[in-house]
Amino acid sequence: MSLVLVLTLAGQRVALRADEMESVVEIEAVAPVPGAAPHVAGLAALRSRVLTVIDARASLGLGPAEAVRDAVVAIVDGHPYALLVDAVEDVVEGGDVRPLAASAGPGWSRVARGCVEAEGDLMLLLDLPALVAGPQAEAA
Amino acid sequence: MDDLLTEFIAETREMLGALGGAIVAWEGAPGDRARLDEIFRFVHTVKGNSGFFDLPRITALSHAAEDALAAVRSGARQADHNLVSAVLAAIDRLGELVQAIETGDSVASADDEALIEALSRAEPAPPPELEAASSVVAAPRVAARSIRLPVDLLDRMMSGVSDLVLARNALARRLRDGGADAEVAACFERVSGSIADLRDAITRTRMQRIDNLFAALPRMVRDIGTETGKKVALEVDGGDVELDREMIEMIRDPLTHIVRNAIDHGIEGADERRRAGKPDQGRLHVCARQTGNQILIEVADDGRGLDGGRLVEKALAAGLLDEARAARLTPQQRNALIFEPGLSTAREVTNLSGRGVGMDVVRANVERIGGVVEVDSREGEGVTFTLRVPLTLTIIPALTVRACGQAFAIPRSAIEEIVRVNGGAVRIEPLGRAAVATVRDRRMPLVDFPGLIGLPAATDADGRMLVVLKPAGGGLYALAVDAVQDHEELVVKPAAPAVMAAGLYAGTTLADDGQPVLLLDPPGIAARAGISLARKETVVEDATAPERTATPFLLFRTVGGAKRMVEAGAAQRIEDLRADAVRATAGRLRVAIGDAILPLEGCAEAPPEERFRALRLTDGAGEIAYAVREVIDMVAFAGEAIPAPAPGEVRGVALVAGEQVEILDLHWLFGRHAAPAAGDRRPICLLAADDPFAATILRPLVETAGYEVRFEGDGADVAIVSEDAAPPPAARILRLTSAAGVASEGSIDRYDRAALLAALAEARKRA
Repeated sequence: MSLVLVLTLAGQRVALRADEMESVVEIEAVAPVPGAAPHVAGLAALRSRVLTVIDARASLGLGPAEAVRDAVVAIVDGHPYALLVDAVEDVVEGGDVRPLAASAGPGWSRVARGCVEAEGDLMLLLDLPALVAGPQAEAA
Repeated sequence: MDDLLTEFIAETREMLGALGGAIVAWEGAPGDRARLDEIFRFVHTVKGNSGFFDLPRITALSHAAEDALAAVRSGARQADHNLVSAVLAAIDRLGELVQAIETGDSVASADDEALIEALSRAEPAPPPELEAASSVVAAPRVAARSIRLPVDLLDRMMSGVSDLVLARNALARRLRDGGADAEVAACFERVSGSIADLRDAITRTRMQRIDNLFAALPRMVRDIGTETGKKVALEVDGGDVELDREMIEMIRDPLTHIVRNAIDHGIEGADERRRAGKPDQGRLHVCARQTGNQILIEVADDGRGLDGGRLVEKALAAGLLDEARAARLTPQQRNALIFEPGLSTAREVTNLSGRGVGMDVVRANVERIGGVVEVDSREGEGVTFTLRVPLTLTIIPALTVRACGQAFAIPRSAIEEIVRVNGGAVRIEPLGRAAVATVRDRRMPLVDFPGLIGLPAATDADGRMLVVLKPAGGGLYALAVDAVQDHEELVVKPAAPAVMAAGLYAGTTLADDGQPVLLLDPPGIAARAGISLARKETVVEDATAPERTATPFLLFRTVGGAKRMVEAGAAQRIEDLRADAVRATAGRLRVAIGDAILPLEGCAEAPPEERFRALRLTDGAGEIAYAVREVIDMVAFAGEAIPAPAPGEVRGVALVAGEQVEILDLHWLFGRHAAPAAGDRRPICLLAADDPFAATILRPLVETAGYEVRFEGDGADVAIVSEDAAPPPAARILRLTSAAGVASEGSIDRYDRAALLAALAEARKRA
């Protein structure tokens, strides 16, 4: 049993481990990073820190997110990231992590750690480092 | 992990770091009781401490080492080479074990026994003299003047103060816009001032003495010496120089590599040294010093020197050069080939170096942190590698530019000059899909930044700016951007891997307005634009058009308010001085700086303020302090100066960034203070008046050599002319080649400084 953050991504309810998250913010302005991979939406300032903004939808290989402002802030390997998602719901108690019975489909299976039951629903538990690394990381 | 254990690890590691030098010194002088005691105390302390934590392996090892050392202390054993090596191995293992506790790794326990065995393998010592052994060894306890802090706390302080700076900037904008009353403004000034002080102080907390880096050298030199069978004496200077702790980590590997190379390849074996008339023991001199906002680290050996010919052969074989170009290389350029990938000169591959991954990696690593590495070699006398690195990685002076409607920062250390495309000094020619820019006489590849990142430029081609970049040690190129914004001091943070993967950026930062800004990586951009080969092209171009080489100047405002500049090479440092240290003595103003009394120039009387700043200038022998109101900037100046009509403090006027700036006449200044020897007539040297090389480059050299320079007239003691010119009336004629690297019979290579100075000295003797 652990806490999970429930959010909507590409129309689905998914979960992230809450202890990996720092905060939930609304991203105001994103400065693009020309030449970077498509899932890198750009940079944003949060107090004195520079966050690397990751478009979670693009990281799934589903094309860029539109008009998304909600983001989850987390530190991966010492670098602060903001993960753009459709909407953030809440932090809830999640059940045990279970392996996936079937493939979650292209894009999703790369970032899925397993599935977890929260608020009576079964949803994918996503792997934050995999989301941040983006689709190219696996090919390389 | 509990606090006590953390403390134990930190303390042990600290003692280990301090001990490396002691062990080597002890081996050199086994009779040195103080060193022996120091090492003994260490193992004794570790043994004692480890007992508290149930660390049986550490206890066993330190116990064995303690026994062996105790035997030496009592005279029962000799400190021979085997014993020292065994103690070293045991101490190394202790270090590994301590490290393993921290990281949670495991270290194979199998060879602990072997180490303990090696320690106890005693050769019977000569009959011990009976002597009362000192019984109690206690480490001297001194009241702590320093405390240990976790590094991430310092980082948090730094980021807190960065926050504060940003908030201050935002507030400053509000106040400006809102027209705040004087009281609020004064109050804000005070806050602003203390924030600046705070930021300085916190930056200082991140500084470490370079000793931290040098402490490992004695041990390393000993180990490599043992491995290669060479004897090497190490001298270390300047350990008190401070730089950012991150920077220390960044230069650790390059420095290690250079030292390894010097011992492995530079210093000869004892036989070869004897044949060359050198002492058996090689000498390695490592020194650090601060010049301006750079740290300079020199590693000099007294070995055989680089084999320039062999480097050229290898470069030819590797296809890095063609014959024609190889023939034109100056000796310096040949030596610099050592930094090319795949060119290791080692004839045999040893397990230390010589695998062809070497100096090119060193250069790449040093350049990545905004530094430069240079090599100087004298055949048969040794090689000197010089590393120049910035003081800190975290705060760098940068230029912000706009491209594609976005701001980017460029490290100022890489910028040569900034020119407007339609300014007249620039010509741009398309070459297929690439383009070449000619800025005055220098031709260089042009990188269209918006095009490179695949975005449309916001400005039409004519209104754009070219930033001429010289990535450390690399070739020149011009980067076209939409506009140049501002000079700023930026707090740079490493960028996330996903951003670095683009290969164009060196980090991220926040501009004064709080917006994130990407710091461009000049070498990365060059590589991405496919102009990495430019390095070799410009090496040759440099040689054919060297008159344009930019000299770094220090730009400052005098006490009187005038803008002046001086060759940065002459300015050793900037001193903060008290006005009451200035006295008019023996007819001159003089100022006391530390233990020295220097002549004070730049003002007619002691400055009115309580404190003032002065440049400390040197001509290599003497020093002068030059009072200034403020130091403005470093500029690279390549243009020509309009000479002053009469000799004096100012030798001419130059145009820098559109403003007239006076250039100090160092020669005149030092001339005022050098005591003229009685009846000493300076010999006269005649130079060609119409040759810019003679007038701007040769002249200072000739004057330094003790000559008075004239451009016409009879009665000169010596004349320097190019090899094809008609001989002017002079007692002696020196001929120079018209281009570097093509010395012919009877003439001196125009950049062979040593030969030129030697010829001048020779002529002076006869004059």
